Amino acid sequence: MDFIRNFPMFSVVLSLFSGVLCTLLDAKKAKTYTILYECAVLAMNLAVLWYTVSAGTSFTYVLGEFPAPWGNELRAGVLEASIAVVFMAVMLCAVLAGLRYVKEDIDESKVNIYYTILNLMTAALMAMTWTNDIFSGYVFLEILTLTSCGALIVREIGRTTLAAVRYMILNLVGSGLFLLGVVLLYDVTGNLLMVPMQRSIALLYPDPRARIVLIMATGILTIGLSIKSGLFPFHYWMPDTYGWATPTSAAVLSSLVSKCYIFLLIKIYWRVIGIDLFMEMPIRNILFVLGLCGIIFGSVSAIRAENINRMVAFSSAAQIGYIYMGIGLGGIPGFTAAVFHIMAHAVTKSQLFLTTPRLADVSGGSLRFKNLQGCALKDPNAGLFFLLPSLSMIGIPIFAGFSSKLFFATAAADGGGIKLILVMLALAASSTLNALYFIRTLIRIYTPGRTPVKAGDRKIRHRLDYNIPMIVLTLGNLAMGLFSWVFAGLIGQGLGMFM
Amino acid sequence: MRITDFDIGPDPYREETDLLESVMDGAEVYDSPREKVKIEKEYYKNYVRASGKVQKLIRAENKGFNVFFASVAVISCVLLIGMLLFTISYLPRYGVENPESTVVVKRYVECGLEETGAINIIAGIILDYRAFDTLGESHVLFTALMCVTVLLRKDKKNMRTKYEDFYTIRDEKYHELYRESIMRNVAAILLPCLFLYGAYVLLNGQISPGGGFSGGAVLGSGLMICAAAFGFRSTDRMITKRTANLITFLALGFYSFAKGYVFFTGANGIENRIPKGTPGAILSGGLILPLDIAVGLVVACTMFGFYSLFRRGSIGGNE
Repeated sequence: MDFIRNFPMFSVVLSLFSGVLCTLLDAKKAKTYTILYECAVLAMNLAVLWYTVSAGTSFTYVLGEFPAPWGNELRAGVLEASIAVVFMAVMLCAVLAGLRYVKEDIDESKVNIYYTILNLMTAALMAMTWTNDIFSGYVFLEILTLTSCGALIVREIGRTTLAAVRYMILNLVGSGLFLLGVVLLYDVTGNLLMVPMQRSIALLYPDPRARIVLIMATGILTIGLSIKSGLFPFHYWMPDTYGWATPTSAAVLSSLVSKCYIFLLIKIYWRVIGIDLFMEMPIRNILFVLGLCGIIFGSVSAIRAENINRMVAFSSAAQIGYIYMGIGLGGIPGFTAAVFHIMAHAVTKSQLFLTTPRLADVSGGSLRFKNLQGCALKDPNAGLFFLLPSLSMIGIPIFAGFSSKLFFATAAADGGGIKLILVMLALAASSTLNALYFIRTLIRIYTPGRTPVKAGDRKIRHRLDYNIPMIVLTLGNLAMGLFSWVFAGLIGQGLGMFM
Repeated sequence: MRITDFDIGPDPYREETDLLESVMDGAEVYDSPREKVKIEKEYYKNYVRASGKVQKLIRAENKGFNVFFASVAVISCVLLIGMLLFTISYLPRYGVENPESTVVVKRYVECGLEETGAINIIAGIILDYRAFDTLGESHVLFTALMCVTVLLRKDKKNMRTKYEDFYTIRDEKYHELYRESIMRNVAAILLPCLFLYGAYVLLNGQISPGGGFSGGAVLGSGLMICAAAFGFRSTDRMITKRTANLITFLALGFYSFAKGYVFFTGANGIENRIPKGTPGAILSGGLILPLDIAVGLVVACTMFGFYSLFRRGSIGGNE
């Protein structure tokens, strides 16, 4: 067996160990260690991606001596590997670019605990990406829930505590519903591993009594994970959570944590329920409608926001709506579009959340629009790094946002029918609304204000630890826009391996 | 609805503008202080009246929202309960209508002793068959401790008020002043038994019901009773922040390494050199006993850590 096959397990266990180790280190050492170890995990994920692409197959990794129905398993295919690479790259960029704010926002005695929390979050993200066992998914989902609240409250101001309480309650409702769904599925099938589970579900589905249980269980799992990822009626925790966290946390929470829940959901649909059975279930259409509502309501709320971070956060709600719309379209094209949007949005949104504090720095520390007048002229670097992802969010060609909208449109055209009309209308409306609020913001930050530079403004030297991650994220964004067919090919290959 | 929506006159406290500019704009310039006082009084009267009206409106709105919120919450809970009950009535009878579902459990019961070396099948399942889940589960507790530490440990941003410090000091003094309390005598009898029982449950996890989580909980509650009866001064001799961190690190680090070794050897087909021992003896079950001890130490430290953080905002003494 090739040594590379051990890497998924190493990435999880190493992350857990690093989390515990950081409690013993002081702030500076914990920072250095975290950056180094995240580079190592990123390298391992790249190796796994290369391995699976060149071998053309996926592999399962038995954890311990006991194979499939008895012990735990990890599984690595092209899709898992590419998601893991994107997640780790964004995580590393977020940690690097947010270093200065970590120093400001977090008390020095707690900085090492912040890195502990981030490393445990990495472990959970990796485990949920690689897992082939639905209960392991639940265990690491719990770690992700706790660490995401910890990453929020670590900036000790009243607003983050309030936001964390709200986020925690909704998250726990989601976890509880997810657990109920897992329990129902376990009771019916007697397995927790995905492959044997799918086998018995396929046998049970023709029985009308069992079918009711299976549809209910899938529905409960879906509701649980959609609460956690912020689908339309449950998206009101987003602005407070993302708007007040320290920039690294905001970037990680918006672009990785909520996406990881959606990826687990996609994995459950393909590997536990089976995609053919899922396409027969009515849940798909409900998700489609809620996704459309999320797109419209998220954008409208973003227009009404008075604060740039809240605007970006509400636009996240709209982007989550896109992903669920892709799931609702179904089939390989729909899921390809959804997964592509997961990656594109991870790259774009993290860059926006890492730039807004820079803009606030030159506007007297305020994130309100009326104080941001002309801030991009005072700090042209930050202005540029805000401009590029905003263009991507609007859907200008050569950026990732345009490609994902194109994928959604082609997926809808494949399906045809009423969904085609709805998707086209939603895409048109949402692009207009996106353009409305992003271009308004861009005009605001690029128009010189009448007031001179205030005393509260700080001159910031842009250092490499901020510029390099930003350039990497921008390049990722451009690569996804220009070479979208490469990514779509990888995702299609990965989804093919899921069956 | 805002206060400025009501007509309450000009605000006398608005920013002082340039006098010349005001004159040029034709604005009123107050020259006598008495006149200004009069205007201020008038403004305040209007302000209070308007704010009363606003408050009334807000209260009415809140009341409407609360009724709506409560009714939606009740309706959705009832719906969820109804749906779950409906689903449960359709569940197949266990083992009769879906014989497939008992295959895995049968193997655990029949071959568990032979394959894991543990008489307690539960310990065999959680620490050997499904070790990866338990590896995560033991880190869940640790994560929770870290989040509580972030929230409650005292630092520059999160200083307690004078009163809270006063109460902490009084609590500490209380244990020195009132030596003969019922708590103290009971604790003196109870503690040795508690620690002994905790160690027994911890070490016998592979033979009888018990194991890391339950044994650690007993040990942790022993530490809590110790702190409650004799004050934190007694526990500070045993557990400081440094030792608690070190114990947690060693236990969880050992856990990760041991399990990483087992995963590695198992997946790569290398022979696992850890002896299983004779079933029924204390030293049996391969890695189950050391892992139980590690989990138990983590659980004990975590539970005591929660108690200590909630009571005084730090794990050790004065850090």
